[in-house]
Amino acid sequence: MQKVYHRVESIAGNVITIRATGVTYRELAEVESRAGTSLAQVIRLNGDEVALQVFAGARGVATDAQVRFLGHAMHVPFSDALLGRIFTGGANPRDKGPVLNEGLIDIGGPSVNPAKRIIPRRMVRTGIPMIDVFNTLVESQKLPIFARAGEPYNPLLARIALQAEVDIIILGGMGLKHDDYLFFRDTLEESGALSRTVMFVHTASDPVVECLLVPDISLAVAEQFALQGKRVLVLLTDMTNFADAMKEIAITMEQIPSNRGYPGDLYSQLAARYEKAVDFDTAGSITILAATTMPGDDVTHPVPDNTGYITEGQFYLSNGRIEPFGSLSRLKQLVNGKTRDDHRAIMSGMIQLYAQYKETIEKQSMGFRMSEWDVKLLKYGERFEREMMDLSVNIPLEQALDGGWRLLADCFEPIESGLPSKLIQRFWPKTAAVTAA
Amino acid sequence: MAGNTGSIVGVNGNMITVAFEGAVSQNEVGYARLGELRLMSEVVRIRGRHADLQVFEDTAGLGIGDQVEFTGELLSVELGPGLLAQIFDGLQNPLPQLAEQCGFFLRRGTYLKALPRDVRWAFTPTAKVGDKLTASESLGHVPEGIFEHRIMVPFGWRGTATVVEIAPPGSYTVEQCIAKLKDEQGQVRDVAMLQRWPVKVPIEAYAERLRPTEPLTTKVRIVDTFFPVARGGTYCIPGPFGAGKTVLQQITSRYAEVDVVVIAACGERAGEVVETLREFPELTDPRTGKSLMTRTVIICNTSSMPVAAREASVYTAVTLASYYRQMALNVLLLADSTSRWAQALRETSGRLEEIPGEEAFPAYLESVIAGFYERGGVVRLKDGKTGSVTIGGSVSPAGGNFDEPVTQATLKVVGAFHGLSRARSDARRFPAIDPLESWSKYPSLVPTDMVESARRVLRDGNDVGQMMKVVGEEGTSLEDFILYLKAEYLDSVYLQQDAFHDVDCATPAERQRYVFGFIDRLLQKPIGVKDKAAARRLFHQLTQATKDWNRAGMGSTEFRELEEKLDKLVAEVS
Ligand SMILES: Nc1ncnc2c1ncn2[C@@H]1O[C@H](COP(=O)(O)OP(=O)(O)OP(=O)(O)O)[C@@H](O)[C@H]1O
Ligand SMILES: [Mg+2]
Repeated sequence: MQKVYHRVESIAGNVITIRATGVTYRELAEVESRAGTSLAQVIRLNGDEVALQVFAGARGVATDAQVRFLGHAMHVPFSDALLGRIFTGGANPRDKGPVLNEGLIDIGGPSVNPAKRIIPRRMVRTGIPMIDVFNTLVESQKLPIFARAGEPYNPLLARIALQAEVDIIILGGMGLKHDDYLFFRDTLEESGALSRTVMFVHTASDPVVECLLVPDISLAVAEQFALQGKRVLVLLTDMTNFADAMKEIAITMEQIPSNRGYPGDLYSQLAARYEKAVDFDTAGSITILAATTMPGDDVTHPVPDNTGYITEGQFYLSNGRIEPFGSLSRLKQLVNGKTRDDHRAIMSGMIQLYAQYKETIEKQSMGFRMSEWDVKLLKYGERFEREMMDLSVNIPLEQALDGGWRLLADCFEPIESGLPSKLIQRFWPKTAAVTAA
Repeated sequence: MAGNTGSIVGVNGNMITVAFEGAVSQNEVGYARLGELRLMSEVVRIRGRHADLQVFEDTAGLGIGDQVEFTGELLSVELGPGLLAQIFDGLQNPLPQLAEQCGFFLRRGTYLKALPRDVRWAFTPTAKVGDKLTASESLGHVPEGIFEHRIMVPFGWRGTATVVEIAPPGSYTVEQCIAKLKDEQGQVRDVAMLQRWPVKVPIEAYAERLRPTEPLTTKVRIVDTFFPVARGGTYCIPGPFGAGKTVLQQITSRYAEVDVVVIAACGERAGEVVETLREFPELTDPRTGKSLMTRTVIICNTSSMPVAAREASVYTAVTLASYYRQMALNVLLLADSTSRWAQALRETSGRLEEIPGEEAFPAYLESVIAGFYERGGVVRLKDGKTGSVTIGGSVSPAGGNFDEPVTQATLKVVGAFHGLSRARSDARRFPAIDPLESWSKYPSLVPTDMVESARRVLRDGNDVGQMMKVVGEEGTSLEDFILYLKAEYLDSVYLQQDAFHDVDCATPAERQRYVFGFIDRLLQKPIGVKDKAAARRLFHQLTQATKDWNRAGMGSTEFRELEEKLDKLVAEVS
């Protein structure tokens, strides 16, 4: 019944076309040629013309390649045996472990019924004040790190992953530099987390189509663990490479690009992945932390732009610091009302003052005289950057809040802080060295 | 079924091309057969003997030669009692019931009835045998939550309907016949409470359309005072990501002074809908004392749900909104985000290989957007009462740049523009509606001259602020500096509002008038201080006291004490 086709009609980019019948949309095929054997997936049907995307790339595929349809869509094995293992983007072992064939699951399955989701309610503690205090991370959140290439986003991802209390870590690497792949592996290993980790790594030198599979495979596996009641953290780095791989296919398929060559469905495609983040009613959860590098450090570039519209906030990493402006956790208000009574007020109050500090800096750079108020802001801003923003700071939330009050009291009079009077009465340090006005 | 079928000759994403023989109409619904499954689709183009259908589901597994059944019917929704408090997907499938049947995940090809068939409604007839009625006139009513739900002559009825029989008071299901009506040709038809209506066709069974003039209080100060919305009006909220569109719509959906709220979560995050659907049942509507959910309908087609159904969802929402308008109710439709709907159009258009317009949006984008907002409005019904549909749509412009097709097309047709600015949201000045760029054509709930003078303060104060960046504080006169501080004060205590504070989150009309009166007097007042430091100090104090005031319940002791404190502060310097 499995008919083999011998004639490839056309080859463009990583897409080949053959004439075949009885084929279904999204079906997998095996393409065998001198370059080796690769899986391929049906991406368009037009009469008996079948377009296939070749996972290992069409390079070396000849017109006499053999194409055999498999009668099913892409699936991956799922079992606890995945833990501690490292795979390629195409789900083949990258470590020396055995090939797994059990418990095959579909990838890119349907979305969760919104009625089966619950409101996320657990804070993820990171020890990083810019996160814990100002943009609290919440279990089941989907949140990318926006950064220029070269910023330490991968170490930041690894640090959060190790600090967070989760059951399973899944790393999906897309276009990862080999060094970064080894960094993740070694860091997880040293901290003893590798045994609860599954890695699907596509490196920069692997076939580009495999890059496209990484999010779907990682998230399908995450979903299974979550359904078992596990709290799963998925790290996806770098989603810009994923988007660029999609762009490549779209252009090959001669789709009309919408913005800078990216396909018109970029938003829906990214959303389909990020929306897998979930807190299940009566089961576990999936939290997604991603890295999105910004070409040209431009947030309005289509990839970060569409991502920002999809995710529940973003951490904006710049010069090795999480910038308060541009960074946002949209779920923070779900948890920061229950941490400590002063959390919300400190969060917005300190940022508003920091915004004023930035204005003062601007004035200063123009050479204007600094008013008494400006001088206070300068003192505040410098300390804020040192005591709150520096990524080397690693303290629990409560300690960070206390530090915030101390910092405010060292720089301002209570009335200047803009904080609610009631909280000032409760939390303003009594021994503060208030500079007399 | 007439047995009109076709067979698939092409599959491209969610678009299938089908060869057919019989008659097929544009926007007709067809079902693609996939084994046991029937995948709902809609005809979007016909060329010769080939029809292109957008499938409302994942198309994986479809192949050449698979059968498609045409239904001869346009994409329609069910109207009748039992819509309120429900959560539907874009095709009006009730999601909680779907979850009961399918578990955690949505399952393609599963379609459920929108209205429960087993619930009985207590019907009270108002029409009598022999009455001559036309489409949308009342036959009777049933109680639905806090409303008297009108049972009407079907909206599609042509000419007069003579009541031949009417059911006596009693309990009926939505499918039971409650009246027999005779049309002008003498044919008698059974009428039930349930009627179907094609979503892409506006309901026009009313006496006339009126101009929207009456303010709709949202309880968001900057909106109601500065950029008001009218009942039956339309407005849009464009803004970059994270600027606060959804939060603004969420608080509006809670506190706005309307009878019914229809929320269309269109291509946005599932989590945001979950907040609404989990919280609303727990929250009480201060107007009625009942749960907020009883006045709400949620249409939820979030970003990972099928794209074609996203396109349908806004029409489903506006059809349900118009239905309740026909009962003389004021309905608010909030769509988040209309850009996702426009993108769905773009995806479809791309697959059809139509000639693209700007940013690859289809050339007909503008007229489609205009057509949608045109479905808002105040109408005088045939019984003389009025009903309204107010439409508020968020817009998500690429790169936060308003100079793009969807924002521009929307601005042409709406009555108010609440533009959110990145600068304001970065500075945590929420709601981040830009007070200098936004506009509204509708009347405010405070006197116009007061709004105008406050607006002047904002504008002039902003000018001073800009100047100060060039000449520094030392180059600014004390008088100008005070103007600047006044503008900042107005901004922080009135324009800004904390959506997450129990009291500050919603300011009723009466309180807005009261507080704005105080602020207006302060803004008018010359301030006598000796230098800039003293001025800054004064405004720090004023700002803090006024913010505390905003957080105190109106009429509470605290409220009065803070008011006295404020009066004293003002008296000292004037
Ligand atoms: N009125 C407000 N008061 C306090 N915080 C707010 C307010 N509006 C927005 N925010 C903050 O900004 C965040 C983002 O707001 P929101 O989700 O409404 O943005 P959005 O414009 O809908 O973004 P997107 O286009 O990506 O959906 C919120 O999670 C909240 O932290
Ligand atoms: Mg939003």
